[in-house]
Amino acid sequence: MDLFLQTLVSGFLKGGLYALIGMGMTLIMGVMGIINLAHGQIMMVGMYITYSLFALYGVDPYLSLFVSMPAIFVLGVTIQKYLLNPLLRAETILPENQVLMTVGVGMVLTEVMRFIFTSDYKSARTSYSNATFFLGEISFSVPLVIDLFIAIMMTVALFLFLVKTDTGKSIRATAQDKEAASLMGINAERITYITFGLGSALVAAAGTLLMPIFYLFPDIGGPFTRKAFVICVLGGLGSTVGAIFGGITLGLAEAFGATYVAMEFEDMIGLVMFILVLLFLPGGFKRITKI
Amino acid sequence: MLKVEGLNVFYGDMQALWDVSFEVRPKEVLVLLGANGAGKSTILRTLSGLSCAAEGSVTFNGVRLDQIPADKIIQHGLVHVPEGRRLFPDMTVEENLIMGSLAPEPKRRRQKTLERVYGLFPRLRERMGQYAGTLSGGEQQMVAVGRGLMGLPKILMLDEPSLGLSPLLAQEIFKIIRLINSEGVTILLVEQNVKQSLKVCNRAYVLENGRITLSGTGEQLSSNDHVKQAYLGI
Ligand SMILES: Nc1ncnc2c1ncn2[C@@H]1O[C@H](COP(=O)(O)OP(=O)(O)O)[C@@H](O)[C@H]1O
Ligand SMILES: [Mg+2]
Repeated sequence: MDLFLQTLVSGFLKGGLYALIGMGMTLIMGVMGIINLAHGQIMMVGMYITYSLFALYGVDPYLSLFVSMPAIFVLGVTIQKYLLNPLLRAETILPENQVLMTVGVGMVLTEVMRFIFTSDYKSARTSYSNATFFLGEISFSVPLVIDLFIAIMMTVALFLFLVKTDTGKSIRATAQDKEAASLMGINAERITYITFGLGSALVAAAGTLLMPIFYLFPDIGGPFTRKAFVICVLGGLGSTVGAIFGGITLGLAEAFGATYVAMEFEDMIGLVMFILVLLFLPGGFKRITKI
Repeated sequence: MLKVEGLNVFYGDMQALWDVSFEVRPKEVLVLLGANGAGKSTILRTLSGLSCAAEGSVTFNGVRLDQIPADKIIQHGLVHVPEGRRLFPDMTVEENLIMGSLAPEPKRRRQKTLERVYGLFPRLRERMGQYAGTLSGGEQQMVAVGRGLMGLPKILMLDEPSLGLSPLLAQEIFKIIRLINSEGVTILLVEQNVKQSLKVCNRAYVLENGRITLSGTGEQLSSNDHVKQAYLGI
């Protein structure tokens, strides 16, 4: 029973971070209608920013959120503005080419980081990296609990932004009917910049939150892109609330898979779920709410 | 007030509008009549920048609207309620209405305009928290018109607002249009419902195969033999 509860707790804690990763991707999917296959690589760049601040100046990883998020927001805006939107203007190019472009962007980001930081494993070990506390027999990792807390706050902030502000509403409106949105005076191009920037900042936040407990090397992006994609498919493509459920589901599935099946299967579990969902529950957990 | 001159509009190789010219005068209800596919929606889409004219000009109070992007048009007071309503289905009624008032001046007066729209359509106040996609056709049309009013239009362009509504609801919509007009909003109405719209309008143009073929006051057109035969079925 304790093993079960322990697995539940660690899966849920990890799921909070996965939700953050998935929300970033699903936001982009909802507005631009594309799968951003550079999502994990963008997160990886955010992690290197956090690592650099830590290694060079001793900045606490949590504090570096204030740098990594805005920096990666700008990176996202730049990618959308100068690499993705120009493709829309060329009429001969298929919409799928935007997705191919994100693959290219992902590769370039990976190789640039390899050039700067080499392929060596990096980490940002802090005094609290291995700290735990116990409730009964169940242990809680201190950094993961902090991560979950921050992830929840960011999720709430994102929802307030999408529901309460005109810009947030404009993002949702553009996702639902682009042409009607432009009749309302919404500049669709500007919305695409903001959305890609926001989605990127969210995944950068997740990467930064992972730094105290995780290791970092340039090729870490790819697996996270795949995870993000699985989360979005679980949640229903383009659904923000779905991404939260998708993230937590994936976190739990990985934890239970690692505990009860075998450690090596952790990464495979997500992909198996992915196939099962596509086969038996196309559409994922979408439509629980409309955001 | 609004002057349209020599519009030629294409979809790919197909020409949808041929040398279309007309004007909208202050405070009037102007109707564009025409059968399905005549090009009525294309005219409104060109005025609001969704379609681009190959030739011709659109001048609104001295501003060349054909030279500014679609998302800037609404700021000038030309508001387009598109065919098929085009609400944001996963947003609530009130959110849809708010989306109509993003420009600076409408945003400042948002609360007051919202009250006015709820006054015109009490049903929308009851439904304000409901998702627009779950409303009935008539309610959706009310939201579409209300969302248009939220932009504080000088000219409100309505594309077939009675489409798909029961005769009773259609009549209701025409009544509302007249009411909005009496409050000082100029109306450019596109309709296939010829009988009703000739009754509410001051002037009308008839569009056939992308060309304007007739124009006149409502009474003139109602008694015109061609209109009687082709559109009124008498
Ligand atoms: N997006 C489009 N692409 C190609 N042809 C179109 C498009 N929209 C309309 N058309 C054509 O343009 C003509 C005018 O259409 P439209 O303006 O919608 O007519 P109406 O509103 O009077 O029914 C029709 O022949 C229609 O088939
Ligand atoms: Mg039409």
